[in-house]
Amino acid sequence: MLDKVAFSGVRFAYGDQPILQNFDLRVAKGEFISLIGPSGIGKSTLFQLIAGLLQPEQGSITLNGARSENRLGMVGYMPQRDALLPWRTVVENAALPLEIKGVAKKEAQDRVRSELPRYGLHEWADAYPAELSGGMRQRVSFLRALLSDTDIMLLDEPFSSLDGITRMELQEWLMEMWQETGSTMLMITHDIDEAILLADRVIVLNGKPIEKPVELAVNVERPRTTAHRNRAEFLALREQIWELLRQNASKSPAGREA
Amino acid sequence: MAGWNRGVWFGISIALFVIVWEAVCRLLHVPPFILPPPSTVVLSLWDLRKTLLGLHLWVTLKEVILGLSASIVFGILLAFAMNMSRVVERLVYPYIVISQTIPIIALSPVFILWFGYDLSGKIAITILFTFFPIVVNTYDGLRSTDKEMLQLLKTMGANRWQIFTKLQLPSSLPHFFSGLKVAATYSVAGATIGEWLGSSEGLGYFGRRASGNFQAPALFASVLLLSILGMLLFWLVGRMEKYFTPHQRTSRKTSKEK
Repeated sequence: MLDKVAFSGVRFAYGDQPILQNFDLRVAKGEFISLIGPSGIGKSTLFQLIAGLLQPEQGSITLNGARSENRLGMVGYMPQRDALLPWRTVVENAALPLEIKGVAKKEAQDRVRSELPRYGLHEWADAYPAELSGGMRQRVSFLRALLSDTDIMLLDEPFSSLDGITRMELQEWLMEMWQETGSTMLMITHDIDEAILLADRVIVLNGKPIEKPVELAVNVERPRTTAHRNRAEFLALREQIWELLRQNASKSPAGREA
Repeated sequence: MAGWNRGVWFGISIALFVIVWEAVCRLLHVPPFILPPPSTVVLSLWDLRKTLLGLHLWVTLKEVILGLSASIVFGILLAFAMNMSRVVERLVYPYIVISQTIPIIALSPVFILWFGYDLSGKIAITILFTFFPIVVNTYDGLRSTDKEMLQLLKTMGANRWQIFTKLQLPSSLPHFFSGLKVAATYSVAGATIGEWLGSSEGLGYFGRRASGNFQAPALFASVLLLSILGMLLFWLVGRMEKYFTPHQRTSRKTSKEK
């Protein structure tokens, strides 16, 4: 099967601080992958490499099976903070990637307007980001990433700034969107439950540099709801991931301090 | 409602100020050539309306508008050039910083020396006063672009021009307008000083001559007109800011309601 995203033997360092070493990762079309690991380990760097903001020092990164130096504009990126432009309305924000691709403003905005009802945002089409709640802002940010016209989505801690109730709502909503669009999704998260609930595979990142990530398949049937959190297989997996993270924390000096 | 209240309070404050001023002059028998009561100032303004409003105000207004416009055009161009070229930035920026620390007023006679006693001298001094606040603020605004938003636009495949027009320019607007507000008030001061240094018309010239002849009411009349001119310019810039950055209005509104 064709890999949507593949790292092979990737090495990357910030100056003399190694982040990735001989790193491999393969993501199949339509897969949902969760990436979990301690703070500051370089998860966002991984996304910046995929998106083409950074280039590997060694090894290769392929998107859609083709190796390409210029990966900018090939993935939809949903940054950690929503990063909505405050001077643009909901419609104008979501239409941004289309505008950048050269679609006429009117046409781009019409397309966004036709999408808004699915996101429960049709009444907020002409509102500015400051008028929206955190959950609504994340949905606009997601729509914007989706409209990059690609089926690879990078979600960098998409729900970390939301309250618990909104977060659960959006997790279920995201599962629906994933099923509907058939996109390949990679999500960074700090929340073990979230990582398991959404993903086909959870990848636990550890070490400095990250070398041998541990991959765990989530064998919980779909469609899932937040209620699946209480299943035995779910709980077992959660224990397993926590164990991996704890081992790593005790190995690194930063973890001992904490 | 809040705006209406504030307007009313401002009116009351002005009225009180004028009443106290008038009362002090009359009750303490302050000599009118030291401090004329407001009624005398207004009468004098009425008597001199032909020369003050018909000639001197227009001369000063012309200097202010031309000087400020030139500063806006060249200030923005220089800020853009510094933003686009590192060489220009490295070569020019130190002078911009130094200019903030030297007394610009001391340089004014030099400009009269160079540009002469006619209109161009006054415009040059007005530019001297207003140029730097505009350059500094516009450039800082262009530099202050949010890094996450910048990365996001890059992942969408935006080119430099798109990043400039869709991100840097709009995000620098609030900075530009705060610089323009400072420049608008400075512009009146610049034109006035230009007229002091050598002129045969304009409100600054008129005020200085009235001061020399101990015509306090006429002097105060010219000061009143200059103050109103400054306030009008400031208000005008404020209106422009509201027009060009509508999102700031809404964000203020919602944050107040919360």
